[in-house]
Amino acid sequence: MPANKSILDGNAAVADVAYRLSEVVSIFPITPSSAMGEWADQWSGEGRANLWGDVPLVCEMQSEGGAAGAAHGALQAGALATTFTASQGLLLMIPNMYKIAGELTSAVFHVAARSVAAHALSIFGDHGDVMAARQTGWAMLCSHDVQEAADMAAIAHAATLEARVPFVHFFDGFRTSHEIADISLPDDAVLRALLGPDAGRAHRERALTPDRPVLRGTAQNPDVFFQSREAANPYYDAAPDVVRRAMARYAKLTGRDYGLYDYHGAPDAERVVVVMGSAAQTVAATVDALNARGEKVGVVKVRLYRPFDAAAFAKAFPAATKAVAVLDRTKEPGSVGEPLFLDALGALERALSAGTAPFASLPRLIGGRYGLSSKEFTPAMAKAVFDELAAPKPRARFSVGIRDDVTGLSLDHDPSFSAENGDAFRAVFFGLGSDGTVGANKNSIHIIGEGADQHVQAYFVYDSKKSGAMTVSHLRFGPKPIRAPYLIERADFLACHQDSFLGRFKMLELLAPGGVFLLNTSVPAESVWASLPRADQELIRAKKLRVFVIDAYALAREQKLGGRINTVMQTCFFAISGVIARDKALAAVRDSIRRSYGKKSEEIVLRNLAAVDATLSRLREIKIAGEINGAAAAPSGFDAHAPEFVSRVLGRIYAGDGDALPVSALPADGTFPTGTARYEKRALAQDVPVWDPACCIQCGKCALVCPHAAIRQKAVPEELLAGAPADLPSAPAKDLEWKGHRYLLQVSPDDCTGCGLCVDACPARNKSETGLKAINMTPIAAVRERERRRWARFVELPETDRARIKPSAIRSQQFQQPLFEFSGACAGCGETPYLKLLSQLFGDRLLVANATGCSSIYGGNLPTTPWAKNPEGRGPAWSNSLFEDNAEFGLGLRLALDHAELSARGLLEALADRLDADLAREILGARQDDEAGVREQRARLERLKPALAALDDPRARRLESNLSALSRKSVWIVGGDGWAYDIGYGGLDHVLASGRNVKVLVLDTEVYSNTGGQKSKATPRGAVAKFSNAGNPSAKKDLGLMAMSYGGVYVASVAMGARDEHTLRAFLEAESYDGPALIIAYSHCIAHGIDMGLGLRAQKSAVDTGRWLLYRYDPRRAAAGEPALALDSKAPQSAAFAARLADEGRFQMLARAHPARAKELFARAAEDARARRALFEYLSARPSGPKEG
Amino acid sequence: MDLKSRYLGLELRTPLVASASPLSETIDGVKRLEDAGASAIVLSSLFEERLRRDRETILERLSSHTDSFAEAQSFLPALPDFHWGPEAYLEHIRRAKQAARVPIIASLNGATLGGWTAYARDIQSAGADALELNIYAIETDPEVSGDDVERAHEDILRAVKTATTLPVAVKLSPYVTSLPHLARRLVRAGAQGLVLFNRFYQPDFDLERMEPRPHLLLSTPQDLRLPLHWTAVLRGRVDASLAAGGGVHSGADALKLLLAGADATMLASALLKYGVEHLRVVEREMVRWLEEKEYASVDQLRGSMSQWKCADPSAFERAQYIRTLESYAAR
Repeated sequence: MPANKSILDGNAAVADVAYRLSEVVSIFPITPSSAMGEWADQWSGEGRANLWGDVPLVCEMQSEGGAAGAAHGALQAGALATTFTASQGLLLMIPNMYKIAGELTSAVFHVAARSVAAHALSIFGDHGDVMAARQTGWAMLCSHDVQEAADMAAIAHAATLEARVPFVHFFDGFRTSHEIADISLPDDAVLRALLGPDAGRAHRERALTPDRPVLRGTAQNPDVFFQSREAANPYYDAAPDVVRRAMARYAKLTGRDYGLYDYHGAPDAERVVVVMGSAAQTVAATVDALNARGEKVGVVKVRLYRPFDAAAFAKAFPAATKAVAVLDRTKEPGSVGEPLFLDALGALERALSAGTAPFASLPRLIGGRYGLSSKEFTPAMAKAVFDELAAPKPRARFSVGIRDDVTGLSLDHDPSFSAENGDAFRAVFFGLGSDGTVGANKNSIHIIGEGADQHVQAYFVYDSKKSGAMTVSHLRFGPKPIRAPYLIERADFLACHQDSFLGRFKMLELLAPGGVFLLNTSVPAESVWASLPRADQELIRAKKLRVFVIDAYALAREQKLGGRINTVMQTCFFAISGVIARDKALAAVRDSIRRSYGKKSEEIVLRNLAAVDATLSRLREIKIAGEINGAAAAPSGFDAHAPEFVSRVLGRIYAGDGDALPVSALPADGTFPTGTARYEKRALAQDVPVWDPACCIQCGKCALVCPHAAIRQKAVPEELLAGAPADLPSAPAKDLEWKGHRYLLQVSPDDCTGCGLCVDACPARNKSETGLKAINMTPIAAVRERERRRWARFVELPETDRARIKPSAIRSQQFQQPLFEFSGACAGCGETPYLKLLSQLFGDRLLVANATGCSSIYGGNLPTTPWAKNPEGRGPAWSNSLFEDNAEFGLGLRLALDHAELSARGLLEALADRLDADLAREILGARQDDEAGVREQRARLERLKPALAALDDPRARRLESNLSALSRKSVWIVGGDGWAYDIGYGGLDHVLASGRNVKVLVLDTEVYSNTGGQKSKATPRGAVAKFSNAGNPSAKKDLGLMAMSYGGVYVASVAMGARDEHTLRAFLEAESYDGPALIIAYSHCIAHGIDMGLGLRAQKSAVDTGRWLLYRYDPRRAAAGEPALALDSKAPQSAAFAARLADEGRFQMLARAHPARAKELFARAAEDARARRALFEYLSARPSGPKEG
Repeated sequence: MDLKSRYLGLELRTPLVASASPLSETIDGVKRLEDAGASAIVLSSLFEERLRRDRETILERLSSHTDSFAEAQSFLPALPDFHWGPEAYLEHIRRAKQAARVPIIASLNGATLGGWTAYARDIQSAGADALELNIYAIETDPEVSGDDVERAHEDILRAVKTATTLPVAVKLSPYVTSLPHLARRLVRAGAQGLVLFNRFYQPDFDLERMEPRPHLLLSTPQDLRLPLHWTAVLRGRVDASLAAGGGVHSGADALKLLLAGADATMLASALLKYGVEHLRVVEREMVRWLEEKEYASVDQLRGSMSQWKCADPSAFERAQYIRTLESYAAR
C-alpha cells in the first residue's frame, strides 16, 4: 500500500485535516457528524499535535448554538477555530454564522449534510441544512467523495485565511461521511505548503486584545447599516479566485486537480446536468456509460456554491449545450425552483447578457429534486434525467427516484440500466447488528485495500431498530478508484449471515448470474436446498449461482466466541469469493486476528485462529440438483390482521420495500396512527420467559420491568375463562379485591427480546428447585408455538377492569394495560419501563412531548410506533418537536389545553341555563383529581352532548368542538439527559418556573445515548464517555436540587431497579400535583458497559452506594409546615464505593486505562456522594417555608 | 534462639510467614507485617479468573453494541492503552520489594491451563523471590477421574515452570485425590515446595433469598489438625519444602506444625482477627517453649513428630481412627 494511502470514512478524513489546521475545536454531537468531534476529542486527549506543533483545545458544548458561540469567541480572540455539525445543529449555528461572516472572520465549519426535520425527523443525508445556511454570508465548498472531503477540507481552511470569508465545507451525510474508501490524506508538508508560512498571522492580528483595543459588534442605525453591509462586497468578489488559487496550489502539491465547477463529458454535449455532492460521481459515471453508447451528454460538478461565481460556472458548459437539468438534493416548498436551480438559471442568464457565456442563447433549463434523506440516486435515475432533457417538452420541474402519483412530477427510470463496469468486485452481506458482520467487513476492507493494494469502498446500511437491527454491507474492490456512491445492485458475492432473513428480503435478486451465495444456517448441508424458499431456489437455478453453507453459530459456540460469527463468516468470504488469492487472504485474516486481539488476550487470539481452521473444514458447497420444492412464501413477520393502511404502507416499509411506495401512500403532514408496533412480529428472542403459576406470588414485578411490554398480567372473572383452552395457564387471584378472578401472566414470544430483566426481578423461588423462579428463561424453539397460541388467547381476554385496580401498589397497578408496547429499544432498555408505567397510569388522557433522542427514535421511528390505544380508542397522543425545545413545546401543549378549557368553561357557563343546569354545574365543579374523577367527567360530557346538539346557537357549535377540553388532560414532557441537562436546560428551567401544570420525565442515562454515548452534564464523575475518554473530571449536575430551588416544583429522583414502589409513588404524586413536576429516572443503558439483563442490579448498586439518591420533594408538604423533601434511600452501607463502580464498564475502563486517575476520581466521586447525601439529609430534616411562586 | 528456617531455598529469620491475605494488598500492610516479624510475605493472589474476566468483559462490553445502528457505531470510546494484564499486581510486587527486606512471595491463583500462567515470567521480572501457585480446583464432573485432576495440576505447574526460574510452591486443596501421590507427582514435575492447605470455601445458604451465599470464615485453632496431619505424613515422603497453615493462632500451633515437619508456618486468619502485632506474640510463645524445652534451634525439632520419625506411625493411619472412636466411647 502506498505510504500516504489511508482507508477511512469521510468523517475521519475531514476530522484529520480539520484537526491539524485548528487551534480550538468546539463540539456537540449530532448524527451523522458526531464522529468528527469524537476524533478531534480523542486526538486532543492523546496529545496529537496540529500543524504548528501544539495540541488543539477541544471543548464539548451544550448545544450547537453553544458550539458556534464558542467558535465565534475563539475566532475573535485570534484562534483558528472550527466545529462539526449537521442538520438542526447547523440551523442553531446560523445566528452566529451571520456574525462571523459579517465580521469577515476566517473560519471553517465542516458539515455532514443532513435532512432538516419537517413533517418528520430524518438522520439521513441531503442538502436541506446547508441550503438553509446559504444566506449567512459564508462561502460554501462541497466535496463529492471521501477523497475530496479530505482535499476540500484543506482547501477551505487555506482559502478562508486569505479570503477572510468564512467557509462551510460540506459533504453528503452518510453517503460520504460514512463511506469507507482508500484515499490519500494530505500530509503535513502539503498542508504547510498550501497554507503558506504566514498562515493565521493576519487572523491573529485582527484578534481582540487589550493591547490593541478595538470595538466589534456595534449597534448601527438606518444611516449606515446598509452601507456597512455593502462594504464587504469586495471580499466576496475576490473569494472565488482565492479558492481557485488554493486549488491550483493543491493540484501542484498532490496532483489532484479540482475546479470550482468541473465539466465532465462529451466536449460537444447538448444535454448537461448540474449537480453537487456525491451524486456528481453518479452522474459522471452515467455520462461515461451514455457517451460510450454514442450519446452526447455531460455534467457540471459544482464545488463552490457560495459565492456563486456566475461567469466561471457558465464557462464550464460546452458551447453546444441545448438543455440543462439542475439537480437539487433539497426541497423548498412554494419556490420557483430549488436553490441550485435558481442560481444556475441566474448565472447563465447573467453570463449570456454579459457576453461571457459559451453559447449564444440560453439553453432550456429544468430543475429537479432527488435523493432527499439519503434516497438512493443511481445511474438509472441519472439516465432518466438525461432522457427527460432529450424529450420534446421536458418537464420544467421534476423529481427523480420516487413515484409521485399525486402531482405527477417524478421521472420514470429503468432500474435495469447500470453504469457498473467489470472492474470492481462487488459483495453484499446481510447481518444482524450484534453478530459482528460490519466489524468483519471493515476488517476485510483493510486486508484487501492494504494487503492486496486494491481500491476499496464500503458502505453500511442499518435499520431503525436498536434491538435485532439488520445491517447490510456493500463492499466494492477493484484495481481502479471506485466512484459509485450508490448501493450495489449486481453483486458477485452475497452472504446471508442469518437464515431468518431468507424469504423476508429479496436478497438473491442482488446477485449477478454465476455469483456466489453464502448462507449461515443451522440446517445440515444436505437439507439446505429443500429449506430454501421457492423464489430463492428459482433464482439460484436461473442465475446458476453457487451456494455455500456453514453453521457459524455452532462453530462460534464450539470455539467459545459467543454470538460473534465475524471470524467464521469472514473466513468463508475469503475462502470462496475469490476476491483475492485464498491463501494470501487467510494469512491476512490470521495476522489481523493476532493484531486485533494480541495485546488484549492471547486466548481470544487462539480461539479465533482455531475458528479459522474449523471454518475451512466445515464450509460446504451444496449441489444444486434438487427440484424446485421450497415453500412459496415465507412469513413476512408482519401481522396479517393489521388494518388496511397499516399493512399497505407500514407493512411494506417493514418488509424493506418502502422505496417502492408512491407519494399517494403517505400522509402529507406526517401524521400516523398509533398502536402499530403490535403488528410487527420480530421474533428476536432465543430464550423467552415462561410462567410457573404454582410458584408465582403475583407481585407484578416482571411485568413492570419488561422494557418491551411483552409480559402482561390480567385478572379475569372466573366465568370468562370457563371455556378457555386447558393449556392457557392461570391461577386463582391471590388478592382479596380480585375474589372470583383468575390471575394470568403471559409472555408474547414474538415481541420478547429475551433480555432477562423479568427473571432477575422475580422475587419468587421454586420451593423444590431454588434455581427456578416463577418465570424462567426457556429456549424459544421448545415453546414458541405453544406460547404464541397462549398469547393470542390472552390478548382476546378483556382488559382488567380499571375501576377495580388500585394504582398505588404495583401488584395491582400492573393490571393496567400498557399503552407503550413492543418498541424497537435495545433489549433490556432501562428507559422504556418508565414510559410504559406512564402509559399505564395516565395513557388515556396523556399528551407526550418527546425530545429528540433514543426515546423519540424507539417511540416514533417508522414503520411503527409503540404508543398505543386502549379498547375505547383512547391513548397517548405523541409528538416530537426538536431536541432543544421540548420543554417549551410541552408547555405550549399545556397552554393550548388550558385555554381550550377556559374557553369551554366560559361557553358552558353562558349556555348552562339552556342546557341541563345541574349537569353543567357538576361538570364545572368536577375535581377530576383521580382516574375515577376523570371517568365520571367523561360520562357527564357524554350526557351533555344531546342537549348541546339540540341547541341552536353558534356558541353551542363552538363548545361542541371543544367539549373534551373539560375532561382532564395530562401533559408529560419526556426526554433524555442530553436534552434536560444540556441543550434543553434553559427551556426546561423556564417551563418549571412557569408554574404550569406540566410533568417532566427525564430518562437519565447519564450520556447522550442515541448519538453514541457522549458526555452530558449528567455524566457522573469518573465515568468514561465519549468526549470524556479519560474519565469525566467533574461532578454530575444536580438537576433536582436546581428545580427544588423554585419551591413550587414537585421533584422526584427514582430508580425502578432499586425501589419500584417508590417510582410508582413518585409518578402518582407528580400527576396529582397541580403544578410543574420533574421526575429524574435512573436509566441503565448500553453505554454504561453493563450486562443489560442485570440492569436493575446496576440501578440498585447506584442507590446502595449513594451515587443515586431516591427522594421526593413535594411543595404540598411545605405548605403544611413539614419538610418538603423526603429522602427515601438509605445511607450507603458499604464502603466499597469504587469496587461497585467497577461493576460498570464505563468506570472499569478508567481503572484499566488510567489506574491512578481512576483512584483519584473514584475517591472524589465517593466524596461527592457523601456530601450530597449530607446536604439532602439536612434539607429533609427541616420544614420548608412556602415560597412565593 | 535460632529460629532460622529454609523455605524454597530462601533463608528465613523465623518459620513464621504471612500468607496471602488482604493484609498484604497494600504497601503499608507489607511494611507492618515485616515490622511485626513476618519472615516472608506472600502477597495476595493474582487470580486467573479476574484476569480473564476483566479482559473478556471489557472486550465484550466494548464490542457488544458496535456497528449496529446508523447513528452510532459504538457507545463507549475506544481506549487503546489498556492495562490488560497484571500491571497493577506487578507494580505492587516492585513496590513491596522496595519497601521490605524480607522475601516477597507472589501468588498466582488458577485452576485451568491458559495464558495466565505466562504471568509467572512477569512476576519474576518484577522482583518476587518465589512464587506460590495456588491451584484451587473444585471438580464436580463425575466424568473427570482422579488421574485427570492430578494431570491438570501437573500441566499447570509445568506451564508455570516454563515461564519462570523462580522457586515454585504449589498450594493444594485438602480434598483432592491421593494427596501423597499428587504431592510426589508435583515435586517430580518441578515443584520446590508444597503449601498445605488452601482454605476450602463452602458457601452458606441464605434462607431469606433462598440462594447460596459466599461467606468467608476465618480459620480457628481447631482447623490446625488437617495441615498437621498431612504435614506429618508428607514430611520425608516428598523432597520439597513444606509450608503449612490454616489454624495457626498461637506459638503452640506453629510449634506443632514444625514438629510435624513444616519448613514454614503460614499465618493469616489470626492476624486478621487479632492484628498484625499478634505475630510477635506467636514468636515469643514459640521462643519461650523452645527455651523451656532446651532446644537450640527450630531445625532441631523440625519433623521430629512426622509419621516417619514419631514413636507410633500408625497414629496417622486407620488404626488411629479406631482408637479415636474408642477413646471417645471410654470417656
